[in-house]
Amino acid sequence: MTLSTSILLTIALAPLVGCLLAGFLGKQIGRVGAHSVTILGLLVSCGLSFYVLYQITAGGAPAYNHNLYTWFEIGRFSASVGFLVDRLTAMMMVVVTFVSLLVHVYTIGYMADDDGYQRFFSYISLFTFSMLMLVMSNNFMQLFFGWEAVGLVSYLLIGFWYKRPTAIFANLKAFLVNRVGDFGFLLGIAAVLYFLGSLDYQTVFAAAPGLVGKTLQITQNHAWDAATVIGVLLFIGAMGKSAQVPLHVWLPDSMEGPTPISALIHAATMVTAGIFMVARMSPIYELSQGALSFVMVIGATGALFTGLIGIVQNDIKRVVAYSTLSQLGYMTVALGVSAYSGAVFHLMTHAFFKALLFLGAGSVIIAMHHEQDMRYMGGLRKYMPITWITMWIGSLALVAIPFTSGFYSKDAIIEAVGASHRWGSGYAYFCVLAGAFVTALYTFRQMYLTFHGKERFTVVEHHGHGHHDHDDHGHHKPGELAHAPHESPWVVTLPLILLAIPSLLVGFFTIGPMLFGGWFGQAIHVEEANNVLGELAGEFHGAAAMALHGFWSWPFGLVALAFVITTYIYLFNPAMAGKIKTAFKPLWTVLDRKYWVDDVYFAVFARGGVKLGRLFWKAGDAAVIDGALVNGSAGVVQRIAAGMRKLQSGYLYHYAFAMILGLILLLGGFWLVGQ
Amino acid sequence: MPNFNDILVLLPEFYLVAAACLLLLLDAFMKPEQRGLLHWLSIAVLLVAVYLVVAGQPDGTATAFNGMFVRDRVAEILKVFALLCTVLVFVYARPYLADRKLFVGEFYTLAIFAVIGIMLLVSAGNLVTVYLGLELLTLSSYALVALNRDSPLSSEAAIKYFVLGALASGMLLYGMSMVYGATGTLSLAQLHGAAAHSAMPNLLLFGLIFMIIGIGFKLGVAPFHMWIPDVYQGAPTAVTVFIGSAPKLAAFGMAYRLLESGLGDLAQHWQLMLAVLAVLSLAIGNLVAIVQSNLKRLLAYSTISHMGYLLLGLVNAGPEGYAAAMFYAISYALMSTAAFGVILALARAGFECEEIDDFKGLNQRSPWMAFLMLLAMFSLAGVPPLFGFFAKLLVLQAAIDANMLWLAIVGAVFAIIGLYYYLRVVKVMYFDKPQDGVRLEVQQDVSLRWMLSLNALLLLVLGLCWGPLLGWCRAAFGLVSA
Repeated sequence: MTLSTSILLTIALAPLVGCLLAGFLGKQIGRVGAHSVTILGLLVSCGLSFYVLYQITAGGAPAYNHNLYTWFEIGRFSASVGFLVDRLTAMMMVVVTFVSLLVHVYTIGYMADDDGYQRFFSYISLFTFSMLMLVMSNNFMQLFFGWEAVGLVSYLLIGFWYKRPTAIFANLKAFLVNRVGDFGFLLGIAAVLYFLGSLDYQTVFAAAPGLVGKTLQITQNHAWDAATVIGVLLFIGAMGKSAQVPLHVWLPDSMEGPTPISALIHAATMVTAGIFMVARMSPIYELSQGALSFVMVIGATGALFTGLIGIVQNDIKRVVAYSTLSQLGYMTVALGVSAYSGAVFHLMTHAFFKALLFLGAGSVIIAMHHEQDMRYMGGLRKYMPITWITMWIGSLALVAIPFTSGFYSKDAIIEAVGASHRWGSGYAYFCVLAGAFVTALYTFRQMYLTFHGKERFTVVEHHGHGHHDHDDHGHHKPGELAHAPHESPWVVTLPLILLAIPSLLVGFFTIGPMLFGGWFGQAIHVEEANNVLGELAGEFHGAAAMALHGFWSWPFGLVALAFVITTYIYLFNPAMAGKIKTAFKPLWTVLDRKYWVDDVYFAVFARGGVKLGRLFWKAGDAAVIDGALVNGSAGVVQRIAAGMRKLQSGYLYHYAFAMILGLILLLGGFWLVGQ
Repeated sequence: MPNFNDILVLLPEFYLVAAACLLLLLDAFMKPEQRGLLHWLSIAVLLVAVYLVVAGQPDGTATAFNGMFVRDRVAEILKVFALLCTVLVFVYARPYLADRKLFVGEFYTLAIFAVIGIMLLVSAGNLVTVYLGLELLTLSSYALVALNRDSPLSSEAAIKYFVLGALASGMLLYGMSMVYGATGTLSLAQLHGAAAHSAMPNLLLFGLIFMIIGIGFKLGVAPFHMWIPDVYQGAPTAVTVFIGSAPKLAAFGMAYRLLESGLGDLAQHWQLMLAVLAVLSLAIGNLVAIVQSNLKRLLAYSTISHMGYLLLGLVNAGPEGYAAAMFYAISYALMSTAAFGVILALARAGFECEEIDDFKGLNQRSPWMAFLMLLAMFSLAGVPPLFGFFAKLLVLQAAIDANMLWLAIVGAVFAIIGLYYYLRVVKVMYFDKPQDGVRLEVQQDVSLRWMLSLNALLLLVLGLCWGPLLGWCRAAFGLVSA
């Protein structure tokens, strides 16, 4: 059984076709047409992705690696479009298309009243296409194309409501921060080309062992290890895209976009591109302990400290956003201890339960008429039971209750970090353990504030208010609703249910093969000395045994403690939250200001950048370049042109004369050369 | 003795002559309101000719009439594109001609005769065939320029074209006679062998110089370019679009036949001459275009500069260079039809839409036309990733390969200067307010709209995917492409 080129092409191009139809013919095909074509494209793509996964897993199809089209060749370097589809890719394709498909369906309900309906569908299909190009790529060039394309769509979607100043601020911020990361990424790709002479994965990975001992002389007295330079530079790209500290600041703000894309792009798929990339580049990373330590420390810092911020957030989406930052930190730590399959495994389970949590939050937001502040919610469980139950499932997976998917992936990561001996692994172990506690704190707090306790909103009925739309509630005070909350339509709840199933179950069935059974095969390369998962495999006696053992481990104890604390505070003694806040005022302020990272960036980089730009503009550009060089040379050209124009007098004999002059010129030249 | 095989080799040409005569007869017996039929018949005739050219393609090279006529890959490609360009011209021209009461059979038959001239010219194996093809092409062109008899501007343009063309033809003929005198043969193939050891090398070189003037006039390179602005502006736009496209392919073919097939051994002499002409054309074309206010005139100067770029490819004097130059000629023909096509699509009875100011605010009136014009302008300017960019890249590379780095630098500098006037058109379309009293409406003709869109979008498609076309061009000159 082998993978067919046409199937792979169809998977990648079906969403693009949907995107183009919905985007360019949106007016002609209308709303129903737009969501029909895009969902159809995704259905085809998703179905075929499952088929490809089946072919690879059950059918034993070998990895597919072919160039399909040569874009250009310069010297020995050629840029191609091609696919590399192995188990890692196949798994990513399934995750991307599956979540994307559900988000497409969900969008029908969420965006029902929006004017930009067709545009939205076009964008999310374009995103799916870009993401597929990214994961299916077989070379760095196409990877970069996908990388930038998903960045572009992310930018467009964060600013989807382009009339809101906050949305525009957020998308500009996301764009700029990602520029920083992409700059590093581009340098990393350049370094790969410089040292290994190719951008094709297969060639690069085959040549990667040759990097050992090579150095790059950047400063006078210090030579840098080539593998470390490449690893760190590529990871800087991942830091931007996967929102790692200190380039994480754009992700919380990206919640300005509509909720479906928060689920799809800023939780389940795009932000995991960095994780996927590092896992894909494992043959390079394995060569550098330094780069891996760097990755681990960055990840661990994010896992704990961004989670802490989540505790003080009041916006339901922002809590989930900070939780995403924290979970991305977990994946990164796993990469840093060479547990690449652990990272990718967590990526997969996280995609399901985080998409579920976001879509659930979106469902709550619909019910609350676009009120996102949890202080005005409470007691929603009786109004929207499906959302309530599914979100609890997602939350249990997030805090890693044994038997849920989240438990298997997260516990494996914590164990792997504990088993690692890499420099910095002690710090990382502390961070991931404490992170488990923090995760439980903010998750339970969010669930209690939203669904349990007293209702903190009032319903103010309006007369003669027959029809309504969700955005038309600006005249209400916070906490006042025009009518009672209600469960969302089936297009919203169906995706919730379909995501809840894998959130619960997928870990149980896949942990054995994926983490300990060498399922990824050649796709992920781990040096024997670094193989922490290999060490753990000896202690693994099946998924059920692992879960039972999980009840007696440190992480579960911490989660239980957090459960007790939050239950007491938010269900039995709501006043206490306020007291704690006053008692720990300085700490609360630190978290509320998000460690002042944003403020520093704004003051130093944004303001400084503007000032520097203004200086160059006034002194450099306006005076020297524009004034002297451009206008000066343009003036000269203009004068010459005006003079030459006079040659074209319109008189026939002048024209003939010019031809004779030309003849004389050529003859004269010939005579001169002849001399 | 000519035999049936000779006829087969010339089948597309014979067929076109017969078809053109039939069309002429048909036109004489046709009522004016049936002219639409003639229009479609002419297009069908050309398309059948394309088929005959492609289907009858010989393996390698076929000659006929004792080597007077050569049918090889170079000729095939040039013929196919010349025919296709003419199809585009016919489609674009119809509404324009109809609006001006110029929708007459002569336009079609004259253009087809001109195409026959092109086909003979690019297939020439003998100096006489070159001259025959050239005269057929130019005589038809003179008449086409004067198609609008009542317009003084058209008549003036036609007279200028005719007088200067006659002068250039005379010089070409004079050069040919000198070459004949020096080598004793008119056959290009024999000339190739005889040129190296001629008894009278100086006479031969004199002949070469006179022939280059003929080529230079046909290409429209400075200082033999004076006719171009007046003719482009004076001729009805429907004729200008023809003169600006297919004959450029012919001019390249003629230059290739005369300089490479015939006098390839003198390459070291003509290389430098062409380089000088190229620099002059680049300078004059690009600089004077800047001060133009009439779009047709601007495009005329743009042609002059583009022919300068084409010379950069010829200067290389090797197969790579010829392939680049041919690629350039094809790209120019397509870009020029697209640019003039937009003018034709916007022109109306009593409104030529040829001033740059007429294009003000086009984006507000017709965003699609503005976009097509933008593609044409960017492609002409050589903005990546459009077709024109890669064409320019290839000829610059050809110049560098010929050890004329300075020439490539001159080419690049003038490409930047040229950017100014192309961008001005774009700026006017997108950023200026529409003028009062200017009716910018697009012709309703469906075939025009579709073909124009196809033509302009092709510039983008071929810019992204230029491999196959370049592969053909390279293969035509015996280069195996990857």
